[in-house]
Parts: sequence; C-alpha cells; structure tokens
Amino acid sequence: MTAMAREGERVLTRDGLINLAGVGVRFDASGVLHWPDEGLMVVSDLHFEKGSSFGVRGRFVPPYDTRATLAALGEAMARLQPARVVALGDSFHDKTAEARLTPADLATLAGLVASVDWIWVAGNHDPVPPAGVGGRQLEELAVGPLLLRHEPRRGRAVGEVAGHLHPAAKVGRGRAVRRRAFISDGTRVILPAFGAYTGGLNVLDAAYAGLFEKSRLIAWMLSDGRVYPVRGAELVRD
Amino acid sequence: MTDAELLPPRFARWFAARAWRPRPHQLALIDHGRAGRSALLIAPTGAGKTLAGFLPSLISLAARPPWRPGTRRRGVHTLYISPLKALAVDIERNLEKPVAEMGLDVSIETRTGDTSASRRQRQRLLPPDILLTTPEQLALLIAAPGAETFFEDLDTVVFDELHALVTSKRGDLLALGLARLRALAPNLRTVGLSATVADPDGLRGWLVAQARGEAPRRAELVEVAGGARPDISILATDERIPWAGHAARYAFADILAAIGRHKLTLIFVNTRSQAELIFSGLWQLNDDNLPIALHHGSLDVGQRRKVETAMAEGRLRAVVATSTLDLGIDWGDVDLVVHVGAPKGASRLAQRVGRANHRLDEPSRALLVPANRFEVLECQAALDANYVGAQDSPPIAAGRLDVLAQHVLGRAVAGPFRADDFYAEVTSAYPYRALARPTFDRVVDLVATGGYALRAYERYAKIRLTADGSYRLSHPRFAQSYRLNVGTILDTPMLKVRLGGKVRGSGPVMGGRLLGEIEEYFCEQMAPGDTFQFGGEILRFEGLRELEAIVSRSADRDARVPVYSGGRFPLSTFLAASVRRLLSQRADWARLPAPVRAWLELQADLSAIPAADQLLVETFPHEGSFHLVLYPFEGRLAHQTLGMLLTRRLERAGCRPFGFLASDYALGIRCAADVGAAIGRGAPSLATLLEPDMLGDDLEAWLAESYILKRSFKACAQISGLVEKNHIEAQKSGRQVTVSTDLIYDVLRQHEPDHILLEAAWADAAETLLDLKRLSDMLSRIGGHIVHKRLERVSPLAVPIVLEAIGSVPIAGEADEDVLRAATDDVLRAAMR
Repeated sequence: MTAMAREGERVLTRDGLINLAGVGVRFDASGVLHWPDEGLMVVSDLHFEKGSSFGVRGRFVPPYDTRATLAALGEAMARLQPARVVALGDSFHDKTAEARLTPADLATLAGLVASVDWIWVAGNHDPVPPAGVGGRQLEELAVGPLLLRHEPRRGRAVGEVAGHLHPAAKVGRGRAVRRRAFISDGTRVILPAFGAYTGGLNVLDAAYAGLFEKSRLIAWMLSDGRVYPVRGAELVRD
Repeated sequence: MTDAELLPPRFARWFAARAWRPRPHQLALIDHGRAGRSALLIAPTGAGKTLAGFLPSLISLAARPPWRPGTRRRGVHTLYISPLKALAVDIERNLEKPVAEMGLDVSIETRTGDTSASRRQRQRLLPPDILLTTPEQLALLIAAPGAETFFEDLDTVVFDELHALVTSKRGDLLALGLARLRALAPNLRTVGLSATVADPDGLRGWLVAQARGEAPRRAELVEVAGGARPDISILATDERIPWAGHAARYAFADILAAIGRHKLTLIFVNTRSQAELIFSGLWQLNDDNLPIALHHGSLDVGQRRKVETAMAEGRLRAVVATSTLDLGIDWGDVDLVVHVGAPKGASRLAQRVGRANHRLDEPSRALLVPANRFEVLECQAALDANYVGAQDSPPIAAGRLDVLAQHVLGRAVAGPFRADDFYAEVTSAYPYRALARPTFDRVVDLVATGGYALRAYERYAKIRLTADGSYRLSHPRFAQSYRLNVGTILDTPMLKVRLGGKVRGSGPVMGGRLLGEIEEYFCEQMAPGDTFQFGGEILRFEGLRELEAIVSRSADRDARVPVYSGGRFPLSTFLAASVRRLLSQRADWARLPAPVRAWLELQADLSAIPAADQLLVETFPHEGSFHLVLYPFEGRLAHQTLGMLLTRRLERAGCRPFGFLASDYALGIRCAADVGAAIGRGAPSLATLLEPDMLGDDLEAWLAESYILKRSFKACAQISGLVEKNHIEAQKSGRQVTVSTDLIYDVLRQHEPDHILLEAAWADAAETLLDLKRLSDMLSRIGGHIVHKRLERVSPLAVPIVLEAIGSVPIAGEADEDVLRAATDDVLRAAMR
C-alpha cells in the first residue's frame, strides 16, 4: 500500500465516506453535509431574501434567489432522504427577510420544514429564529461526537460542524479557479454557504487562522455537480 | 457667397500673416455654419480638421457683442466632444494660439474627469464660450441641476474622431446625450470630424435628429480627398520569418536600425504584452542608447504625460505604443511609423500610418513588420488595400438597451419627464431610430423596478409615475449613485499597480509609488509570487490590497505569467477577403518575400491552395493525434465560436476531439480518433459538419453553459445600473458589498430567461464576442465549396497552427475543470463515494 493510499484511508472511512472526528459523512456536491447513519443533513448560510435586501436600496437584483435556493435544497433532500435537517444559521439574510418572502416561497419552505425533523440553529444575521415556518430552534446541537453550531469557535474544536465564513478555495497558477468548498482537517468542518447569492471567503484568509491543523487541511471544492478534494498546499490566495 | 465674404477681415488677416490660404473644406464648413446646417467633415490626418471644425464657431463668437455687466450670463456656445481626455487638453492648447493671435475675446476651457470640483462648480456658474469635454462628462452635465440654462445658448457641438466614437456603447450614450441637447437647444447644429470611413451616410445620420418611420435624415458632407499617397513597405529582412508567434524578435535589429535612420519613430503594436516585449527587446540591443520610450494605456498618467512631453520637445527617437496613441494626438515630428504585427484592419492601418508626417502634402512613411508568415500575407493584403483607399470600419449598430437604461435614469436625474416626449427624443437619436415602443417601456420598467415578472420591488422603485403623468426620481440618493456610475467603460475593472512589499504573515503592504493600472481579471489569475512584465520591468505580484495590486521589483529575467493581452482586434472582414484573394492568385505571390513564397508553393505541391470562394479543410495525423484544420480566414472570434460548435458535433460523431486552437486565419482541432478516415467515409461528411444549422440548437446549448454570456451579462448589468460598480457607502472591497453577477446570471436565466437584460447580453455577445454574423455568412458562403485534403503529415500551411497549439487556450469550462483536476488529490477522489 502506498503512502498516499494510507493517507487516503485516514481521510476516508473504509466505505468511502469522509472521516470526520470518527464518523463517516459525505460532503455532497450540492453543498450540504450528509451523515447517512444518522439520517442527518446539514445546510449552512441559506441567506433567504438576500436579493431583495439589495432591492431596498434600489439595486434590483433578480428576486428569485430564495426560489433558487429552495429548489436546490428540495433537490438535495429528495435525493438524500434525511430524517433530520439542520440549518446552521444565517438562514434568513436579515431580520425583515421573512416578511419579504413571497407566499409561494413561504409555502415551499414550510413544506420542506414539515417533511422532516427540522432544526434552525441561530446565526448572526438571524439571531432570533424565524417564526411561522415551523421547525425547532436551538443555539447549538450535539449529535454523537459532532457539535453543530453557526460560528466556528477559536482554536481547536474536535467534532465541530460550522458555517458562517462562506469558505471558498482557489487553485491554479497562470490560470486560477475559485469555487465554494467544504474546508476540513478531519477533526472539524466549515460548510460552504448554500444560498444562491452567497459569495465566498478564501480559506487562506486570516479569518481561518488557527482553526485547522494545516498539514491535514483539505478543501473539498464544488464545481459543476462534482467534488474536488484539494490539499492545503495546492491552494492559493486571492 | 464668395470666399472673401465667408472669411471676416480679422480671420483673413490672420491667414495672410501666416501665408496660409483657407482650404476649400474650411470655407465649406464656414458656409454650412452660417446657414445653421450640420455637417460631417471627412478628411485624412493633417488636413487641418480641427481648425475647420472650430472656425464657424470662432467667427460667430467674434461677431457677438461683448457681455455687459448686469445682463444675463450667456451659456456655452460651442461644445467639443472627444473620445480621449488627452485630446481635449491637446485641442485647448492648439485652439488658444489662433484665438490669442487674432485677439478674440473667447474663453476656452476643458472639463474632464481630472478637472477639480471647484473648477467644475465655477464652470457651471460662469460657462466658457467653448467647452472641451468627453462623452462621460456630457452625460453628467445634462443630468446636472441648471442644465437648461447652461445649454440654452448652445449653438454648435463638435464631435472629434467621430468614426472612433460611434461604433461603441460609448457612442450610443453620446447619441442619447446629443438628443437631450437638441431638446434643450432646438436650433443646435453639429459638426462631425472623421477619418475616412466605409459608410459616411451612417455618420451623417448620426449627427442630426431622426424622425421615426421616415427616411433617415443626414448632415451635409464635406470630403477632402486623400493627401500624398503613403509610402508603406514591408520590412525587408535577411532573417528567417518565423512560422508562428507574435513577438517579431527576428526584426528587432532591423527596427533599431530604422530608428537610427529617422528623427522620430512611432512603433505601433496590437497588444500591451507585445509593447512590453518589443520595448525590452529593443533596449537589450540598444548599444547607442537611443532614447526609446514606452506608452500604453496601463501606465500611470504621469508616466504617459512625461513621454508625451518628451516627444513634443523632440527629446525621443522612438516610442513603442498601443492604441492609446491611435487617435488624433499630434505631439512630435514623427517621420516613420513602424507597425509590428498585422494591422488587422485597413482603416486602422491608415489611421496609424497617418501619424507620420502630419502634413497633407508629404507622404507618410511606414514600415510593416509581420511577426509570422500568415501576418506577411495579411500585411501584403493591407498594403494593397491602403493603396486603393479601401475602408473597413464597422457600421453603426442598433443602440444597446443597457446604455438606454443608464440614460433613462440620467434623464430622471435631470428632472421629471413624460414617457411619450422622452420616447420621441430617444428615437430621434440615430442608433435608436428603430426602437419599438414596447421595448422602450420595458427599459423604463427595468430602471424603475428591475423589470421582473415577479413585481418584488414596486415599493422601492427608483423612478415613479406620479399623478401628473410624469416620471420622477423617487429619492435623491439615486442621483448620487447615477453620478458615481455614469459611463459605459466599465467592462474591464482596473486595479492600480503599486510598489510595495510583503511583511511576514501580514500579507502585502502598500506605501510605494503608483506604476499604472491593469485589468482586474489579470490579477485574479495570478497567485502571490507570480511575476509579470509591466512598464518595461519584471514585477512580482504580492497580493491585492483593497483596490490595488501590490507588487515588488523582481530580479527574474523572464516573467512567469506571460499573457497580458490588453485589447486585441480580430482580422477585419474586408482584410480577410483580401488575404483569401492574395492567396488564390498565384501571380500576386511575386510581391511576397521569398521564404513566404516558397512556403505557399510547397503547400500547393503537398496539399492545395484554396480558391477565393473555397474552404480548404485538411486532415492528418501528427504526434499521436489526428488533426482537422480549416482555413476560413474569418478572424479569431468567429473561428473560436466555430471551434466550440464543431467540437460538439465531432464529439457526437465519435471523433473524440480534445482541444482546438483558433487563430485569425485558421482553426485547428485535435482528435483522438482518425477524423480524416471518418470524413473520408462520409460519417460525418464535411457538408453535414459545417451545416449552417449549427447556429441553432448547438449554439444555444453551448452558450447556456459557457462563460461568454456571463461576461457580457456582467457588462450589461453594470451599465444598465442593475448592479453598481461604485457605491455611496464606504466599501472594503467590491466583492463584499455586491452579489457576483455570475450568481445573478444563473438565477435569472433559470427563473426569467426572457428578461430584457439577458436579451441585451445575448445581442452583445453575438456581436462582440462570438462574431456570429461573420460565422453565419461564412457557413452559407462555403456551401458546396469545401475542399478536403486527406494528408499523410502536417501541411506547410498547417504548421503555424500545429506549432501554436502548444500554447492553446482550451475551452473555458473545460479549462476550469482541468485546473481543478490538476490540483485534486486523485487517490481521495477515486476512493470517495
């Protein structure tokens, strides 16, 4: 067995899932984390109605981002069939976002929420969890060795699943490609933002300093329905 | 009226004192001016165009009684619009001289982006008689408070280098601005100054108000026959002309020798990277230390002004320049123009050659330096074209809708408007003369609330229909943001390049000197530590800091990131036809250099030379893959589009294409399967492969997933004001405040595919990025005229494209995937599920 393959075994579990603090999860190409054994799906930074928040200032970006985000979310849920879905905070772009939802989008969302055990983890854009769409509201949630919260804790935090930072990774010299990414060292993970209009912050930015064991850092880059695992050494700054 | 009557005594004396006689075209313009008629002056460089354009205004101003204190202040009398700031400044200098010498009481001022706020304020209160400005400043002026009084006395608008202005989005904005001026000053007349163009009637129409549904109206035409015939030759060299490449290194010694033999040489190139390469290449050989300078749009303004001044003072022997020096700026006594690389268009070549000997009666001297063998053909074709005075400037396109959207907001900023009146005003502008009312209404709606089927933004409308039936701006902050974002030159965001350094662990630090500007996308593809050539030196990219690229000087000899192609023009249709003709007429080969002639003769022996109406297609195996090479000579853009579409069809036919390269002359596709054998069997046949129907579904399918529409959508979104480039709020970086236009594009295409901005983006892409019209013309032209040569090995004509394929730029989507795959941990990727 080559050294590469041995290393691969530590990153992955025997059945090809990603080894996160001892449990086997999948970083899905849609941008959600899936834990098959628990029937758990985690999605972060949905930022519903981010588009219309620009409209308030006369920047009329297409008001279909909520619809697009919901469609992608529904597709992932239909495919992965989770029993429980955790939205990891910043689900609504701002405090008045819920009021700007169209009735149709609100109904779609309520339908998704009602179909599973839905948990809203509080974020910083929406510290008061939304009312009227159902689901439970929690500050954070422990499931087995994993701890689900919005903002990653400073320093080392084994088993933490967080969002907030909107990680993106960039590779290539001469010609570079930048994509949303899961960022993990095998002990904790930061999820990419799921919302249709959410941008990304380069994982080499100072905001990530000290969060990961550098030598084991892998950016799981999402592109065109595929996941590309890229070692930390290959990543470049903006 | 006689000539003597046209010219008032004071002017006649001034001409006489200089032993000059007013030229016929100058008198003709004075005559049109007296009668209040608009006119287009077409004249080659050196004909005294500018003075001709201003003479009617100077005469009219000289006859005006002096302003008496206590009476109403007079507004601007003559407005002069130039595409370049530098040109406006230059004209001010040239105009002040005759005004002073004749002792005329005429005030002349410039107003550009560099004019101070206090001076602008003063200009608004005390308008000069003649104001020299740019299209963007005009847009600001007509939207400013008090525009009515500022422009109520406006008599004449002079458009300089009109041919260069009208074909772009900038020209559309200017046409709309002119329509507004005509509403403010109904008796306004216009003067257009232009170099020779293919279609003078378009320009004549552009200058005057049009009436919808009626035949186009046109300004008077005053034409000056070409001056002395230019003396153009192709560099005669003993060196071997390379097969491929653009550096023209072989010619550096010859160019340096030519510089030595002339007083002042202008060296024109097509791209900034070429300018950088040639500049440093010449200096490596420059043992005599001839003063040679570099001038391109990316260099810092201060740096450019230094070069310009040194040129004007005769302290330089040569300047290497890109299109920044294309337009009518006349600084020094240039006696030789060297053009490195193919000119890409006969009109452009004529313009550039006109830089030498800026006097009508002496021939311009120019030397063409082709960088490779195909460029030799192109240079020879261009040379033939210049001698017969052929022109290939593009026609004026229909007005773009994103520009109209920007103007609609500007109109609302100026004051309330009624849709009916405004529609009449807009359609009086030449590019918008055929604009349908429903389209106009959709654009107004786009400005008001984004124009979405889902009426999400009614409450936040920027402009609103009020009870009296007029549209009004709903909040003054939209006026402020309009002023910050005016103009159409947003397409390539620029970053300042500043010297700085790197402090361990803290990223780039700034504080050094400003070196110039580069495109943001160029920085985006660089990683810290990469080196690139800029301003004649090798710089190391340290990182981005706010809106600046921080660099340090590098000791490296060669840049790691070589590609820096600012502005590249595709081969013009006209010149392409000339090249095809030259190729097909063997008798004309005698004019070509011997090595090129031998190359073509070998091609005739081993493969074939296509007739002017034929398309030659070659197939041959080479280094383990099977090549398909086509020679349409239709320009890089059209070939690129054809390459994208053809590879899809070859894929379906099982030929397994894996890359292609498009040049201005040919398209080469590499396949893993024997494409020659497949075509030989007729499965697929070339006729089917090149069926014009590829521009239907295949094009649709390809574009849907390509980056091309995203790129033009971004420009349309910014110009129309849907997203803003500049915000009022303080910002850390553009990325954090805005939503990426790529994300917006994806969502919009999915949920409202017939939105007006997607239509605008499609029209833009078809015109400027895909060259669809040319491609479709070509496909219908070649029906039944395709010649297939199945060869054992690469043909002489194919060598350049096969050679260049080493540096080929793959398809964007797939290229992204290649980059990702290269960085990916394959073991993990294979094992994960």
